[in-house]
Amino acid sequence: MPEKGRASLPRDLAPGAWWVWALALAAAASTTLNPFALLLICAVAALVVAARRTDAPWALSFRFYVYFALVVVVVRVVFHVLLAGGGYSDDVVLLRLPEIPLPEAARGIRLLGDVTRASILSGLYDGMRLGTIIICVGAANTLANPKRLLKSVPPALYEVGTTIVVALSLFPQLAESVQRVRRARRLRGDGMRRTAVLRRIVVPVLEDALERSMTLAAGMDARGYGRSGRATPRQRFVTGALVLVALFLLTVGIYGYLDATAPRVIGIPALVLGAGVALLAMTAAGRRVQRTRYRPQRWLAPEWFTAASGVAVAALMEVADGAVPAAVIPPLDALPTLPVWCVLAVLVGALPALLTPAPAAAPSPDGSPTTPREVARADAA
Amino acid sequence: MLTLRDVSFAYGDDVVLSHVDLQLDDAELVLVCGRTGSGKSTLLRMFNSLVPHFTGGTLAGDVLVDGVSVVGTPPRELAHLVGYVAQDPLSGFVSDTVEEELAYGMEQLGLDPQTMRRRVEETLDLLGIAELRHRSLLSLSGGQQQRVAIGAVLTMHPRVLVLDEPTSALDPTAAEEVLATIARLVHDLGLLVVVAEHRMERVVPFADKVVAVADGQVTSGPPAEVLAGSVVAPPIVELGRLAGWSPLPLSVREARRRRSEVVDRLGEPSPPLLPEGADVLVARGVSVLHGTTPAVRDVDLTLVAGRVTGLMGRNGAGKSSLLWALQGGVRRRSGSVAVDGVDPAAARPEKARELVGLVPQTAADLLFLETVDDECAAADRQANVAAGTCRDHLDRLAPGVPGDRHPRDLSEGQRLALVVAVVVTSAPRVVALDEPTRGLDYPAKEALTAILRTLAAEGRAIVVSSHDVEFVAGVADEVVVMAEGEIVSRGPAARVLTESPAFAPQVTKVLGPPWLTVAQVEAALPAAALPDGGSR
Repeated sequence: MPEKGRASLPRDLAPGAWWVWALALAAAASTTLNPFALLLICAVAALVVAARRTDAPWALSFRFYVYFALVVVVVRVVFHVLLAGGGYSDDVVLLRLPEIPLPEAARGIRLLGDVTRASILSGLYDGMRLGTIIICVGAANTLANPKRLLKSVPPALYEVGTTIVVALSLFPQLAESVQRVRRARRLRGDGMRRTAVLRRIVVPVLEDALERSMTLAAGMDARGYGRSGRATPRQRFVTGALVLVALFLLTVGIYGYLDATAPRVIGIPALVLGAGVALLAMTAAGRRVQRTRYRPQRWLAPEWFTAASGVAVAALMEVADGAVPAAVIPPLDALPTLPVWCVLAVLVGALPALLTPAPAAAPSPDGSPTTPREVARADAA
Repeated sequence: MLTLRDVSFAYGDDVVLSHVDLQLDDAELVLVCGRTGSGKSTLLRMFNSLVPHFTGGTLAGDVLVDGVSVVGTPPRELAHLVGYVAQDPLSGFVSDTVEEELAYGMEQLGLDPQTMRRRVEETLDLLGIAELRHRSLLSLSGGQQQRVAIGAVLTMHPRVLVLDEPTSALDPTAAEEVLATIARLVHDLGLLVVVAEHRMERVVPFADKVVAVADGQVTSGPPAEVLAGSVVAPPIVELGRLAGWSPLPLSVREARRRRSEVVDRLGEPSPPLLPEGADVLVARGVSVLHGTTPAVRDVDLTLVAGRVTGLMGRNGAGKSSLLWALQGGVRRRSGSVAVDGVDPAAARPEKARELVGLVPQTAADLLFLETVDDECAAADRQANVAAGTCRDHLDRLAPGVPGDRHPRDLSEGQRLALVVAVVVTSAPRVVALDEPTRGLDYPAKEALTAILRTLAAEGRAIVVSSHDVEFVAGVADEVVVMAEGEIVSRGPAARVLTESPAFAPQVTKVLGPPWLTVAQVEAALPAAALPDGGSR
């Protein structure tokens, strides 16, 4: 339980906590095909978003993730109708469609044919699983400023983090630039050929982007970005070498871990070794950095609590997978069931909606209430 | 504080500055002036090594900041000494919110969190932006963005603040805000502030020293002395020269005190003539929506052949949206637009271009070929006119633009002339220009004025939106003022511009209505009253 006092004052939680929570929920969703469990996870994510999102621009994007998830489900079902129709012989046929014969080369693929209940359901469940994962990621994006998360990276990765942040903020500008140039086309007319049209848009946009990045680079440099600090060239060389070795080991390790035919020795051991070297590289790089961080977001009890609630859902789902496999991966010929304890397990993920500090509303200049809840309270008073 | 010793700078054989000596001290507001492309920006960027680190080129001589040579030191190692604010604040922002942006520089310097917190609070108060602290940088107005950009370098406590055209994109009121802030920094903090600015009339009254850059040479001294011989000078200085005042007045206040010396000699002003002509464009009840925000609300506008209409109003008042709606490039929510009875929005683009030619705010968007000649040839083909038409227009508007030059290598004024020529090649009945004076110096603005007068004399209707009061006073017959998407005032320029202090040009402030421009005064002065060399 989060402690009372400073930690529970209205404030925005550290973005990392929301990401851990959301990714754990997504992991839980990925283990199951039970539609009720998936819907429950979506509901939990939506509830927490509704309770804990701020008024910031990125916090308004949740519904787009929901739309996207719905599209995914629909597409998935449509594809099952189109391609995987009638995969199960002893199944209830819902709709008889003529099967389109395909040449021998495309054997194994069926186009149309009988639409069975099982194929529709399997498409639906599968789509719902993917959609739930999307909604979980969307919840993280809505609750935590993704750029802030990038800023919390260890000092050694600071440069990379800043680059990504800047690239992200350039995207809307690029879109604006394209729009402007396209509008300007009307004023000038286009060449007759398609290539000329392309050039008509691409050239000014690229020039614009290039100029912007040069200005930005100059501006950042003038403001001290990349000050060398106290590191000697030798120290820099050592750090660079460590980073490279760590990357190499990690890549080999992941390959070894995922490829079942690879010798076991290059799997886990390389991963562990790689992680160790990476840690070494980061401390080496971190030590020479003289940069500091303005108002760093600290992990207090609510952060731990939020992250833990998400992880708990994932862990309990894993347990359920072993205990009641029929509920976690339900059969396609019967109504899926979900034991009560599984429902409760998923509901653990909703606790942050109640037990974390409320987001800090940006105070309005005249001190009047700004959030709907505050307004309602002021009206009632 | 800042010293240049025998500094020369060149790109290859192209000499920008030669043998410059300059000494700037603490607690001074220094105005750097000169024509476009004279090397003002180069000079400014030398102070923190952006030149030559970011631009290339060869630098000879010595640049000293606080007595230490900075030649060869990268800009980032000078961040704590010299704060540099570029022209467009938005393009230099690194983070999303005001507070983070203010802290960014300090994070790079590695200051401890306590100090950072304190300085952010101090700076928020100093610049009067405390209520904006959590706001997204994109949601701020131009003036606010500029103040945040200044704050973002101030938190590093630099000894020198360098500003490259801080008010060029701002409306008069926002520009005042920023300039007041700058003046306060000089007076209260004792900073050395170096400002380059084209619209000098705003900065000159505050300046302690003026540095004029011309032909690679630099002259510096008290404002009145330097401006007496400068090619680029604000209207008030021109007026002072015309009247033969010495020392030259730099502020409206100084000039106003000697007003009677001129006013008594002036004959009757020529009564403002509103050129009469046929109605070319008739817009009724035009509204434009941006998302759910109305950008233009129920606007009626009539443009008359042979008349130049100035469109004024603060940033975001709906000027651009209105111009685009007239051209048909932005969809109207309601209302009608008719150019000689045809709606440009309903016409095909080729036809619409013959009705309304629009020069957008970023004029360079219209250019995409490698040479001026290619652009002209393409314009002729697209407009289906005889080859060479566009080039003729260009030569009339800005003689001597080299045909083999890349459009990006032209000066701002030349590039604008090229875009105007391209637009006019379609022989539009109405020519609309959106904020064309950005980055133009006084002579270039005069040239643009001449261009617009020529186009109007050919029987076209001209509409030009601008923040630049002096430019509008010189070019417009009629002025329309917009606020929040509505027209709040319209009428002959002489009446609208003299009515409100915010839009009154300097000459009006000194001599009172109906005088608008120095040229008018010059025409009304009896020839004998002109002192030698006082004419322009």
